[in-house]
Amino acid sequence: MSFFNLSRRGLLKGSAALGAGLATPTIFTSSAWAQGYLNEPTGDTVTFGFNVPQTGAYADEGADELRAYELAVEHLNGGGDGGLLQTFSSKALTGAGVNGKKVAYVTGDTQTKSDAARASAKRMIESDGALMITGGSSSGVAIAVQGLCQEAGVIFMAGLTHSNDTTGKDKRRNGFRHFFNTEMSGAALGPILEANYGTDRKAYHLTADYTWGWSQEGSMKTYTEAIGWETVAAVRTPLGAGDFSQYLTPVLNSGADTLILNHYGRDMVNSLTQAVQFGMRDKVVNGKDFVIVVPLYSRLMAQGAGEAVKGIFGSTNWHWSLQDAGSQAFVKSFGQKYGFPPSQAAHTCYVQAMLYADAAQRAGTFHPCAIVEALEGYEFDGMGNGPTLYRAEDHQCFKPVLVVKGNENPTSQYDLLEVVDVTPTEKVMYPVDHPDFQGGDLGTCNAGI
Amino acid sequence: MNAKASSRNDLYLILGFIVAVALGPIIMTPFGGYPDLLQKFAIFGIFAIGFNILFGLTGYLSFGHAAFLGAGSYAAVWCFKLVGMNVLPAIISAMIVGGLFSALIGFVSLRRSGIYFSILTLAFAQMCYNLAYSVLGQPGMNLTNGETGLQLKLDDPRYFGESASESGTIPPTSMFGIEMKQIHEFDLFGMTVQVSNGYFVCALFVILAFYVSMRIFRSPFGMMLRAVKTNQNRMSYTGLNTRPYALAAFVISGMYAGLAGGLMSAMDPLAGAERMQWTASGEVVLMTILGGAGTLIGPIIGAGVIKYLENIFSSFNDQVMTGFFDFLPDWLGSAMVWITSPFVGEGWHLTLGVIFMLIVIFLPGGLMEGFARIGRLFRGSRKRGEGAADAPRVPAE
Repeated sequence: MSFFNLSRRGLLKGSAALGAGLATPTIFTSSAWAQGYLNEPTGDTVTFGFNVPQTGAYADEGADELRAYELAVEHLNGGGDGGLLQTFSSKALTGAGVNGKKVAYVTGDTQTKSDAARASAKRMIESDGALMITGGSSSGVAIAVQGLCQEAGVIFMAGLTHSNDTTGKDKRRNGFRHFFNTEMSGAALGPILEANYGTDRKAYHLTADYTWGWSQEGSMKTYTEAIGWETVAAVRTPLGAGDFSQYLTPVLNSGADTLILNHYGRDMVNSLTQAVQFGMRDKVVNGKDFVIVVPLYSRLMAQGAGEAVKGIFGSTNWHWSLQDAGSQAFVKSFGQKYGFPPSQAAHTCYVQAMLYADAAQRAGTFHPCAIVEALEGYEFDGMGNGPTLYRAEDHQCFKPVLVVKGNENPTSQYDLLEVVDVTPTEKVMYPVDHPDFQGGDLGTCNAGI
Repeated sequence: MNAKASSRNDLYLILGFIVAVALGPIIMTPFGGYPDLLQKFAIFGIFAIGFNILFGLTGYLSFGHAAFLGAGSYAAVWCFKLVGMNVLPAIISAMIVGGLFSALIGFVSLRRSGIYFSILTLAFAQMCYNLAYSVLGQPGMNLTNGETGLQLKLDDPRYFGESASESGTIPPTSMFGIEMKQIHEFDLFGMTVQVSNGYFVCALFVILAFYVSMRIFRSPFGMMLRAVKTNQNRMSYTGLNTRPYALAAFVISGMYAGLAGGLMSAMDPLAGAERMQWTASGEVVLMTILGGAGTLIGPIIGAGVIKYLENIFSSFNDQVMTGFFDFLPDWLGSAMVWITSPFVGEGWHLTLGVIFMLIVIFLPGGLMEGFARIGRLFRGSRKRGEGAADAPRVPAE
């Protein structure tokens, strides 16, 4: 075998290539270092990067997120009816762009894969000069892209991400989350479940086998056991299983009288529909009606599951039927543009884009560290969730949580969830050193230079 | 074909390759190239070169090569977590882990050939994927961090480096102080060319990988591998045990995959389980066949085409397309946007599928066969009448 013999020519070639490679960086002037911060806008526009799933299991949510972002850009640039700018407690934004610059945007497809999401975020930062990345419909992706934005030195405004880790052990100084998390879901659902189903229940968990599922299962266990429920078993199901019958059959034989489905998206649609088809809800176990709980609900999922959601409890970040001025303004401008009400994913994404723009306007610059400072500890209202605080210690928004129930008598194809209770902020607020949020460190802000 | 002429051709080939790699950032800038994309070209080029050593030479179609890429990525990130932020130990450990995985999987899978071999490798890779996705990502024994992917943290020990930089952030990956992610800009012909330090490292490795692959193709060992492809039974009847050769090719290509995975982590320190998914294994098969299996340069071109489609075509939305057809009259412009829009943006897979179909039907030898045909067309018209009989054609390499 002769291929490891290094000839004189080969050596010369190799060293020439190596020399060229080592010398090249020093012969260029690197202008990136002269800037105050990465991608500082010099023209009359500022670019936002909208990174949403356009293909894969969460494509429906991604499409709705993108609609919301386009609406937000329109409102920021003075188009449309101004949407939430009218009701937002901060009056810094007037619809004349941000810091005197028009808002432009680029889009990317996360494919709900960490790698693809990072690649598309990188393209938007390196090639398109995006100053802020936002979006996503999965916690894994949100955490991965948040890490990238921290390293690159741009701001990340998380979209739909519900796992504790996003603002727990994987929190970053450059990343912010408006959406609620599994801890808040558990805290809000606990009292409602107690009031409706009593304190003597045996719960069986089916959990999507990934970060978010574990987080959701943990929180639900904590809060159901606190009201006296017993956890019979917690079974992990692979993501995107499609057929859940093999996981549902053992439930009835286990003696459990409550099924908690820690599933989201298509998984939840499939598992819930199959559970109902199995006739579980007609069973009587331990002298009680068998019940199902879905901790994280969304309207898009309820639409997918159809009849099966009727009377089933869950929690949600926002719902279009809320009657406050902010929610109504948002539903109105979204409905006028697209012809149907927005989902909670659309709402959180719209609000995140607005909050970033507002922070930049208040800070008078797009410097990431100035924006971090403007958002940390910021209190605002009029965005559809009532008074909200962006906690400085973990960059998590604290606001009331909605407990919803599948509507028994829907009046339209969008009227699928009914708001049962609005759990006030004090009830869902947890201390920064909560054990489920341990092990992370915000670090320092990075401006990318 | 005498040996001297052949080695001179090889010299031109490698010199041309070095020039192309060195000028890559400048060539790609007008086409929307940016540092991360160029790094991807080089990294997936390495992956495809390695795959081609197995598939192109021995004909064993592995459907599980992504497992080695993923294993290499995880190894490199663990190296960043435990050892330090220098990329060299990370890349070396990625190659070792890629090699170990491929030796293990290859030893079992190579007992069968043809479709059974493909299915075995696919099964092993899918097993690795599921292990990484959930079993090894559980809070108890967390090797892979599951769906989120393995990331660096501020409190990683990094025994031979610093846990956090002075400013309190995670230190960037570097090679003896040269930061991988640092981007240089310079103006040339009125356009701004961006190059990152990471690209130079990737470029160095892709040139090295190409050179080694060329030497393997030209060596007696390479000849033996081709013989395995041509007629394995006959080889066995002559009393030769072919399995060690096939296994060696499998391990070498596994190490290439590990190297690619290590470089990926070095450029962007995160390792996700989806790198091991069967779609990722299928992608490298596509790259190799698209470019031309069994040719030296083909797989790299195939990797470039696919990564370009994935990253650039997928970013075209209706806005961009409208701007593109601006010069046409309004009605024709919007008609063109309507026709082309299913093929760009999220529809880039459709474009890839059409291209792949056309190539498999009309150019079974991949893009390289297309180039060879065009080349022969020109040479043929020049040499016609001189009576130069076609020399026995060497496959387009």
